[in-house]
Amino acid sequence: MSWLIKSSIGRKLIQSISGLFLILFLLFHLSMNVVLIFSHETYDFLANEILGANWWAIVGTLVLGLGVVVHIIYAVILTLQNWIARGRNRYASKSKTQVAWSSKNMFVLGVFIVLFLFIHMYQMWYQMQFKDLFGIEGVRHDGAQLVVDVLSQTWVLIAYVVAFIALWFHLNHGFWSALHTVGWNNDIWMKRLKRLGYFVSTLIVLGFIVVAFAVYLGYTNLLV
Amino acid sequence: MNKIDSKVPKGPLAEKWTNYKNSQKLVNPANKRRLDVIVVGTGLAGASAAATLGELGFNVLNFCIQDSPRRAHSIAAQGGINAAKNYPNDGDSVYRLFYDTIKGGDYRAREANVYRLAEVSNSIIDQCVAQGVPFAREYGGLLANRSFGGAQVSRTFYARGQTGQQLLLGAYSALCRAVNRKQVKLYTRYEMLDLVIIDGRARGIIARNLVTGKLERFAAHAVVIATGGYGNTFFLSTNAMTSNGSAAWQCYKKGAWFGNPCMAQIHPTCIPVHGEFQSKLTLMSESLRNDGRIWVPKKIEDAKAIQAGKLKPTQIKEEDRDYYLERRYPAFGNLVPRDVASRAAKERCDAGYGVGTTGLAVYLDFAEAIQRLGKEVVEERYGNLFQMYEKIVDDNPYETPMMIYPAIHYTMGGLWVDYELMTNIPGLFAIGEANFSDHGANRLGASALMQGLADGYFILPYTIQNYLADQISVKRFSTDLPEFEQAEKGLNDRIERLMSIQGKHSVDSIHKKLGHVMWELVGMARDEKGLKEAIVKLKEVKEDFWTNVRIPGKKGDFNTELEKALRLADFIEIGELMAHDALDREESCGGHFRVEHQTEEGETLRHDDKFAYVSIWEYRGEDKAPVMYKEPLEYEFVVREQRNYKS
Amino acid sequence: MDKDINIKVKVWRQNGPKEKGRFETYALKNISQGSSFLEMLDILNEQLINEGKIPVAFDHDCREGICGMCSLYINGHPHGPDGEITTCQLHMRSFNDGDTITIEPWRSAGFPIIKDLVVDRTAFEKIMQAGGYVSVNTGGIPDANAIPIPRDKAELAMDAAACIGCGACVAACKNGSAMLFVAAKVSQLALLPQGKPEAARRAKSMVAKMDELGFGNCTNTGACEVECPKNISISNIARLNREFLKAKFKD
Repeated sequence: MSWLIKSSIGRKLIQSISGLFLILFLLFHLSMNVVLIFSHETYDFLANEILGANWWAIVGTLVLGLGVVVHIIYAVILTLQNWIARGRNRYASKSKTQVAWSSKNMFVLGVFIVLFLFIHMYQMWYQMQFKDLFGIEGVRHDGAQLVVDVLSQTWVLIAYVVAFIALWFHLNHGFWSALHTVGWNNDIWMKRLKRLGYFVSTLIVLGFIVVAFAVYLGYTNLLV
Repeated sequence: MNKIDSKVPKGPLAEKWTNYKNSQKLVNPANKRRLDVIVVGTGLAGASAAATLGELGFNVLNFCIQDSPRRAHSIAAQGGINAAKNYPNDGDSVYRLFYDTIKGGDYRAREANVYRLAEVSNSIIDQCVAQGVPFAREYGGLLANRSFGGAQVSRTFYARGQTGQQLLLGAYSALCRAVNRKQVKLYTRYEMLDLVIIDGRARGIIARNLVTGKLERFAAHAVVIATGGYGNTFFLSTNAMTSNGSAAWQCYKKGAWFGNPCMAQIHPTCIPVHGEFQSKLTLMSESLRNDGRIWVPKKIEDAKAIQAGKLKPTQIKEEDRDYYLERRYPAFGNLVPRDVASRAAKERCDAGYGVGTTGLAVYLDFAEAIQRLGKEVVEERYGNLFQMYEKIVDDNPYETPMMIYPAIHYTMGGLWVDYELMTNIPGLFAIGEANFSDHGANRLGASALMQGLADGYFILPYTIQNYLADQISVKRFSTDLPEFEQAEKGLNDRIERLMSIQGKHSVDSIHKKLGHVMWELVGMARDEKGLKEAIVKLKEVKEDFWTNVRIPGKKGDFNTELEKALRLADFIEIGELMAHDALDREESCGGHFRVEHQTEEGETLRHDDKFAYVSIWEYRGEDKAPVMYKEPLEYEFVVREQRNYKS
Repeated sequence: MDKDINIKVKVWRQNGPKEKGRFETYALKNISQGSSFLEMLDILNEQLINEGKIPVAFDHDCREGICGMCSLYINGHPHGPDGEITTCQLHMRSFNDGDTITIEPWRSAGFPIIKDLVVDRTAFEKIMQAGGYVSVNTGGIPDANAIPIPRDKAELAMDAAACIGCGACVAACKNGSAMLFVAAKVSQLALLPQGKPEAARRAKSMVAKMDELGFGNCTNTGACEVECPKNISISNIARLNREFLKAKFKD
């Protein structure tokens, strides 16, 4: 299986599969967020009892972390190789080839998202699962309240929304591109996949934004 | 002089090739490895020959002037390739294909060669399909055919308007495989500039590495020339920019005979010339004549108005249009052979009925076809050609008729070869357009691809063994031999001389002058006075070239001007020989039309009693007139007739 | 209607592979818009020769858009601003009076410069030699109609086979990837029954060679497809991925 890392298509397969896995995670994450709008209690129950410091949640976190790390490492490798493949001399004229903006800027978008992740993880995950696992003081078991606390600050909301938009662009290209790379595409499916990618990325990002705003404006825990 | 021996095997026409194969000498596999063959050129003929010889076990050195064999000008053939498969069940046969080709060539080709060509045509289609050439297919999954000029059956196989491309890519893929298996060594961006002869046999070449500018020597047991035709003598032609006659011409200057040099084909459907800056003429596939109707205005005043830009073709009423091919040749209509269609266009334009701003164009109209078949069908058949036309001319052929005019396209003449495709120099072979053999005085559409591949895949690989079988004990040659030394020195001196002229004119500007003389005086219609004038003028062009050409840069460098100058020096001499041959052949046949020799209706008038021969020219030295020999064309099987495409 | 225009061309000049290159700007007067782009360069070279200078080296041959020899990166587009054509089919009517046209060679690590605008594309040769064929010898072949091939399959194969190997895909790609070129050949032969028996071997060896020669990884920007003069679809790249992965997972 050394071809996976040695061949260009193998490396891209790794990037695609890890990307698709992360999209699945985002969908799961979104459903958790939606819960927040309806019931803080359920949210906390899910966060503490179902996830929390259980072994399965730890495994899940590790797998997820691995996915993220692999995705980032391969993004760096592929980008570096591609940069070298372009040659030492660059074009003097700017490319006028009409292509989707996001497709040319996946790495930049990715870097942006990673920066956001640092803030996000510190604000949420570190306070909950991490502190819990390593016995650090100040573990928050009231996840719902934590989210409300964090997201009621205006700068946080703005940072989140900006990151979500970057995520939308990243996913909009990433979704169909990943399926294209695993070979699941042809002339007919090209349009469908692009539309589906548009739908999925919009669903995820719009979901995140709506929840973020709802929290900011205080529309949470509505069923209580 | 050497005795002319065409080596045509005895026996009935249909058995000659089989008999030959049964009795020829072969080389056993162990010995093949010890024999080197140089193949110059990577078009259909060269690539297929190199690949096949490599597969057989010979050690092949293959030379390509471009950066890849896939660029060879065979790639530009659009229409299709003929074969006598008779898939459409319309009465075709090997004999019919043979007969049509002989007749189309105006009875100036060798019967045995042409029959063999028709015979192997079917194997070519099989071979190409096996290689993955995506020929057009019917819904049932079987191969589709279409009709083509000069035939009454549908025997042309095609891959959209890119048949040449697909066939060449097929041969190229076979070549790639052979290179990968180390059976062929490929030299790209190399140009053969001289032939090396040792003890009367072809034993190597001198080639210029076009990247470094260095001259390099290559030795082999046999040399195969597959470098195409010399149509670029006319400057403006449908040939590619690097297509040239130099390899063949240098062989001629080393003693190889040149056959029928005056036989050049004018293609009727090219985009007309539009300016002094023009660098080449673009061919529109002849297949367009299947559905397009050719016409000019009936009234001279309409023609004048169109030339002045005051009238549009769509404004000319149906009854005021002269569909002159349908009028003159009711049986074949727009599908008459190329030479006939070309001359008919010239006749109308010379009479003042031409269209376009220059008056040197005729219409090719698809309005009727679009009405009959619908725009989709027309688009499916000719879409890429229409697009190509629109990009060049900025006119939409779906709405307004195309304009076309004849242009130099193909040279039937070339190095003289016998039945084995060997020239009179032992060990020197010529295949494809580079030889003179199969098309007589005119080539039918879709036959060039057939001949190139027939020679390369199925004929040369057999016949060359008959020669090489005697060479198995001959050791590999050293390129330090005095013959190589001498050839390289001669070439080097020539290059030095060219570089030292440093005159005032660019190579292209002199080439344009040459082209002008050739097109006006040695072109579509020739006469004695004009040809004599041409010979004088060509001398002047030669003089001009050798005193006034300016070649910038250095010789030992990537230098396209030097490349072009070397080619032009040869084109001028080829032009001279063409004029001499045309003057000598006092008859009209196929692409060679002498104004003095025409029927009352303006058709070609052959004189079989005096000119039923191949004119063979032999070089005698720089300032000496060449000598002509005649290879009689005795027809055993076909009766010569006046070509008739009327009924 | 076509007019005569005055233009400036900013051309990349480089004496040899190892030498340092630079841009030179030349003025050209009364260029007919009816002339082709390469004819404009012919006129420029004629002018340079008359001035005693070295003409610009550029690759070209058939001048009818099929041999794939011509290249040039013109104003930010491989093969210039017009669509579905090669540089030799580009006409000056795509430009206006007073324009400055920037002309550069293909730039990619896989295509080193030989001189001026001429690049070395032998990498494509090596990829083709690695497996871009059906392994059949001459002769001993079944009848051409022995295997019926569905028309749509044949047409799809023909779409892919239309590739002219010019390298515009690599030139357009920000990653210097040759995937479209490789995909076109792999697709053509994978679609046809003749190519099936060695489809796996072909995909693996052509991709391995492509990687070895330093072409980049495809990130599906689709720039290649946009600039391809023969409209080769990137669906072929998906097919190549499929063929390659299938082959590898089977091993």
